[in-house]
Parts: sequence; C-alpha cells; structure tokens
Amino acid sequence: MSGEAAEIVFDHATKRYAGRADFAVDHLSLTIPAGEICVLVGPSGGGKTTAMKMVNRLIDITEGDITIAGRSVRSLDVIELRRGIGYVIQQIGLFPHMTVAGNVATVPRLLGWDRARIDARVRELLELVCLDPDTDHSRYPAQLSGGQRQRVGLARAMAADPPVMLMDEPFGAIDPITRERLQDEFLRLHKEVRKTVIFVTHDIDEAIKIGDRIAILREGGRLAQYDTPEQILASPADDFVARFVGADRGLKRLALRTLADVQLGAVNGTSPTDPRCTSSMTLRDALSLMLTEGAKQVVAVDDAGRPVGTLSIEHVSDLLGPNA
Amino acid sequence: MTLAYDSFRPYTFVDAFKFMADNAGLMWSKTTEHLIVSGEAISIALLIAIPLGVWLGHIHRGSFVAITGSNILRALPSLAVIAIGLGYLGIGRTNVVFALVVLGSPVILTNAYVAVDGIDPDLIEAARGMGMRPLEILLKVELPLALPLIFAGIRTAAVFIVATATLGGVVGGGGLGDIIVNQASYFLRGVIAGSIAVAALSFAADFVFWSLQRAVTPRGLRLQARSFEPMSPADDAIAV
Amino acid sequence: MTGPSLLATGPVIPNFGEPPGGKNGCIAQNGTFCWDWVSLHWSDILQPRLVEHIQLTAIAVGIGFVIAFAAALVAHRQRWFEPSFSVLAAFLYTIPSLALFQLLVPFTGLGVLTIEIGLIGYTLLILFRNTLEGLRGVPEDVLEAARGMGLTRCQTLTRIELPLALPAITAGLRIAVVTTISLATVGAYITPLGLGQPIFYGLQTNFTTEFVATGALAVLLAIAADLIIVLAQRLLTPWAHSRRLAT
Repeated sequence: MSGEAAEIVFDHATKRYAGRADFAVDHLSLTIPAGEICVLVGPSGGGKTTAMKMVNRLIDITEGDITIAGRSVRSLDVIELRRGIGYVIQQIGLFPHMTVAGNVATVPRLLGWDRARIDARVRELLELVCLDPDTDHSRYPAQLSGGQRQRVGLARAMAADPPVMLMDEPFGAIDPITRERLQDEFLRLHKEVRKTVIFVTHDIDEAIKIGDRIAILREGGRLAQYDTPEQILASPADDFVARFVGADRGLKRLALRTLADVQLGAVNGTSPTDPRCTSSMTLRDALSLMLTEGAKQVVAVDDAGRPVGTLSIEHVSDLLGPNA
Repeated sequence: MTLAYDSFRPYTFVDAFKFMADNAGLMWSKTTEHLIVSGEAISIALLIAIPLGVWLGHIHRGSFVAITGSNILRALPSLAVIAIGLGYLGIGRTNVVFALVVLGSPVILTNAYVAVDGIDPDLIEAARGMGMRPLEILLKVELPLALPLIFAGIRTAAVFIVATATLGGVVGGGGLGDIIVNQASYFLRGVIAGSIAVAALSFAADFVFWSLQRAVTPRGLRLQARSFEPMSPADDAIAV
Repeated sequence: MTGPSLLATGPVIPNFGEPPGGKNGCIAQNGTFCWDWVSLHWSDILQPRLVEHIQLTAIAVGIGFVIAFAAALVAHRQRWFEPSFSVLAAFLYTIPSLALFQLLVPFTGLGVLTIEIGLIGYTLLILFRNTLEGLRGVPEDVLEAARGMGLTRCQTLTRIELPLALPAITAGLRIAVVTTISLATVGAYITPLGLGQPIFYGLQTNFTTEFVATGALAVLLAIAADLIIVLAQRLLTPWAHSRRLAT
C-alpha cells in the first residue's frame, strides 16, 4: 500500500463505547475520492477525531466498515495498515531522543529500506517541507520552533510515501501567522504529491480553506452535511450547519474565489478614483476594498497596470444570490 | 572482628521486644544519646545550609556550589567521612556530629537554593512593581513560597542524619549504634531491637518535620499538600 | 591478613624492625596521615581492597539492576505489581545497614554472599522507581505517534520508551552506585572485603593513617564513580542536553 492515492469509503462506520448508550460515531457513510482532502469538522463531541482514528484502527470499529482502495481496514494486519498511513497529530509527537532525520526515517527503517534510499528520501522530504536538509537534519526536536516541528511531523508522516494521510488538528497549536503559512505550504505540497487526506479541525475557516470536501459532524457523531466548501456555504443543509458555518458565510464564500474566477464587467465608464487591484485578489478582499474606499466598484488591472475589467457591489451581490 | 554470631530463631523478633522491655534503661539512654547527636547535627546543618541556600537562590548565583558541590558531598561514603574525621577530631561525639553535618547539609542547601532560585520571576517583578524592597521581597514573597521545598530537603536530611548516626557506634559516638555493633553482649535480639528503635526515630523525625512543613506552608499552597507520606528513600540515597 | 591480634589496642607497628621513617617518623608516632605508609602499603593493602570494592559494587549494582529492571518492565504493564514490589523494597530500606548485614549472617554465613545480598537489596528500590518513572514519563503524544506509525509494542518499548527513560534510569544508577560504594564499606564489618576492611582494621588497631587513608580512597572512588556516570549520561542522552537554537 504505497504510492498512488487511494479512495477511502466509510460504510456505516459506527463507534459505540462499551456501557454508553449514545454513539461516538453514528453510521457514518461517505466516500473520499482518491487524491482529495476531506476535512472532518464539527463541535467537540462530534466524533471527528474518533472517525479519523477508526481509519488506522487506533480506535476499533463497532459496526460497519471502512475501506481503503477497496480493502477493508478490518481485514488488514493493524501494524501493516498503520505503516501505510501517514499520521500527523496536533501535539506532533516527535521522538525527542531522535534527530530530525531519525524521526523522518522511522517508518522507512521499520520497513527495512537500505541506508542510501533512506538518506535520499529524508533529504527529499526535508526540502519538500521547506527545511534545510544540511543544517536541520541533525537537530533534535527541542532545538526547533513550533512551526519547524510540525514540518518535521509532516515529513515523517510522508516518509514511506503512504497513499493516505490522517491529520488531527495539525496546525491547532501554532500561532496564526505560522498556521496560515503552513496551510498554504500544505496545499502547495498536496498539489505536488496527491494523497487522500483526512483532516480534522474544529476551525470552519481552516476547513473551508483546506478541504476539497467538508464533512460536518454534529453531537452524537452524526453527519450533518458532506459537500464541497462552496456548496456548504451556499446551501447549508439545516440550521445546525448554517449556524456552524456562521452568519458571514456569504463573505466566506467570496473568499473562495478571486477576480480571475468570475466574469468581470466592462472596463469603459470607470472613474480614475475607483480603487485598483490585481485579478488574483479574492472577491472578499475586493469587496472590503470598495467599502473602505467608499467606491461602488473596483478595477482589476494586469501586471502592466492596464485595466482588464470591473467588479461592482451589485455584481458581488448577484454572485451570492440564489441564481448564482 | 570481635563479633560473636548469634543464631537466628523464628522468635528472635519477639525476643527483640522482650529485650526492649528488659533493658528499658539502656534503650532509653541510647535513644537519648542518638537524639542528641542527631539533633545537634540537624541544628548545625540548618544553621549553615538554610541561610546560604536562600541567599544564593535570592541572588540567583552560585549554582555550582549549591548543586554540583552538594551532589559531590552527597556521594561521599558515610563511613569513610567518619573515618577521616576521626583522624583529625579524635574519638567521640564531635567527629560524628561533624560527619553528619557534612553529609546531611547538602540536601538542605540544594533544596533551599532551588526553591528560592526557581520562584516565578513574574512574581518577583510584581512584588518589585508594588514597591517592595529586596528584603521585603525575600521575607514576604520568596521565603513563604519556597518553604514547602525547603522543608522537603530538611525532611530528607533529618531522616538521613538519624539513620546515619547509627554508624557512631563504630567510632564511639554513642547512640543506638552502640547496641547494634555489640552483638557479642546483646545478641541478635538486641541488634534487632536497636534497628527497630532507629527506624522508629527516623519515622518520627520525618513526621515532626512534615508537621512543621504543614504548619508553615502558606494556606494558598497548602491546597496542593497531601496527607503524610513517609519520605521516599528513592528520592535520595539515605540508606546507611 | 597476618599481623598482630585483632584485639590489640596500641598502634600497630610492623614487628620486623624499625618502621619506615624511623623511630620518630610519622608511622612510629601514629601520625594522622603518613605518606610513607600509603606508599608502602599501596600494593598489598590499598590497591587490592580498592579492586575488591569496585567488584563488590559492580556485582551488586549489576544484579540489582537486572532484577529492578525486570520488575519495572512488569510493573509498567501490570499496575498491581508496583505497590507490592515497592513495599518490599522500601521495607529493606528501613533497616540500618550495620544491622541488616548482621541479620543476614545466620542465613548466608560470613561470606561475600551476605554483603552482596544486602547491597543488592538496597539498590532495588532506587533502580525500580527510577526505571518505572522513566517509562511512565514518556509523553502521551509520542506514544500515540508511535502507535499511529505502526510500531509494535516491542518496537515501541525498545525504540521509544527505553531510550526516553534513559536519563531517569542513569540518574537511578548514579544514586545506586554511590550508595552501594558507601554501604560496601559498612559491609566490611561482617566480611573483611573492600575498602571497609582497612577502615575497620585501622579502627580496631587504632592506627590512624590506615583508616584515614582508606577513607580518603573511598571518598575518591565515590567521586570518580559519580563523575563517570554523569559523563556517561551526557554521552548517552545527547538530546537531553541540546540547547535550543534561535529560530
């Protein structure tokens, strides 16, 4: 189980702890297409971490099944299964007695790779997560910053090139600025190395930013909605989802698209006082610009500063409307 | 060696208690001697180690003396220190008290230093910000907060000193060691009786200092204090 | 040892003529510390006793470590085991060593066995507690990461838990070694082995240099052993001493 991304299917996967009447995860069924990032999000008690840990069987499934590339996780040897799944947790859990390289090489060593192959892989991964293979290589975890540690955690999880990665609030304990940078890097990384990722967070903004699909779980481990971020923001399935994504879900939707993604208005009739912006700006930021400048529209310009189109407040409102 | 070896019978332990009853006068005088030697050693150790440790902790200097130096002293073999002291101070109580002070004060010193040195700097800054003078900070903030740890050191030292005073029997220091090293006169039951008395004294010393510790611990810190548990010997090398 | 009666009370002067240094020399005058005596008896008294002392200590700590380590591994998996072992080991601790060695004599005789059993008994509690604390001190997130990465229980123990427990284990070894060196001198009260032997002999015969010099040698041995273990600890656990770099 290595290399190519694999489809993950939850088939009525259920977890119920002995002596408890309620479910931790209640007949969860969803399909995560190969190579996509699925974010499990919800309030505490929603069973999102439990659902994730059933995949690598850190928590046993009570009822139902989970399959990876068509094979039931219950049928696989648990150790083999785990070695084939990258696992990143919030506290990172780096081994403090091993260097950065030692940490990253853990699973390849268990798998019996030869030295040269391990060394090469470690270098490759450290570069991939933007660490310096020469200097950071032989440092101990205690010598790294929080952000660096999480990068090592990520590199360690990817070491044996697993088709599936599980990430449990990986950026939860990191300061907001570093978190944003790590999120961006992770998305870039994911484009390079397609893997099927299950990502747990309690932060809806992170879910919207990271996820190809979002599964919202509510108390009692029930699935409230499973859809793309755009669809969840545009049409929440019920009040619970609407409240969970927040009253500003319109603005959040705007943040998903840039000016380049939409049909812009004609350039003629712009005033020189209209604020200018590049077409890589999100609609949300463009709206903010209009509001702060007191303008009715913004003008998108290309690299040379030539206007390429306009975006007006009415236009933005139409994009969010029922016919969008 | 001048030992006569007694044989061990199942009821030797019972005999040990009979020995205590039959030799109440001897037990009493040896226990008193033991207490005096230990008491003198603990008092001197406190007088030296507490002011030094607290002061070094207060000025945040001298960790080499308070930690490294202490560790070296604590590693010294008790009997060897007593033997060396004997050469210079001669036979009798002075030498034993001296050795007990040398062996017992390091743990008090280290704890006092660590306790005061390790107080949250924010608290000191808050105290300074409120206009406290250095002496006021020491007396009103640092000492009260350091007391639990300081007393933990005193307890360890007290148990160690009471138990180690037994070796005084080898070099004419008096105390319960006199009974323990004199199997020829008192037999195995006497040795056991002496040992029970030493163990009881150690336990009593531990309890007394635990009670004091509780009494002087500020109320806010007492919330964390638990009921009496004998000093764990694993914390320190206190076998003698 | 050959020589005068054990009950002799006066200074012991070798009875084959004048002592080194002459009639008015240090040895003849029973000085506090005579270099002459040390250099004269280094090879026939001090050095052999020193070697014996190191052997006594090494055997006691070695066997004690094996027992305590095995017990700690059991206690790490089976919670009920800890209190029973601790109580047994702590009980041993309350007996003054001078008495314990005597109490063992009726069972194990006047030999090296008595000393070793006593010494081993005293090492158990420290080594057991420290090993167990070290194993239990491994952070939960590290264990979860190990489990999630597919390490077996045995691999988790050997690759993660034991290395991380190493600082606590070596700290325990350090206390155990210096304690054993100290108690082994007392053990010579029963069986004339190790550095305690010249100390007791010197005390019996009232020959000052013998017990002062041997005491000093025991002190040096304890300090040397302590330093060696600290050094070994630093070499074995580099991660515990690595300083945080600016980031």
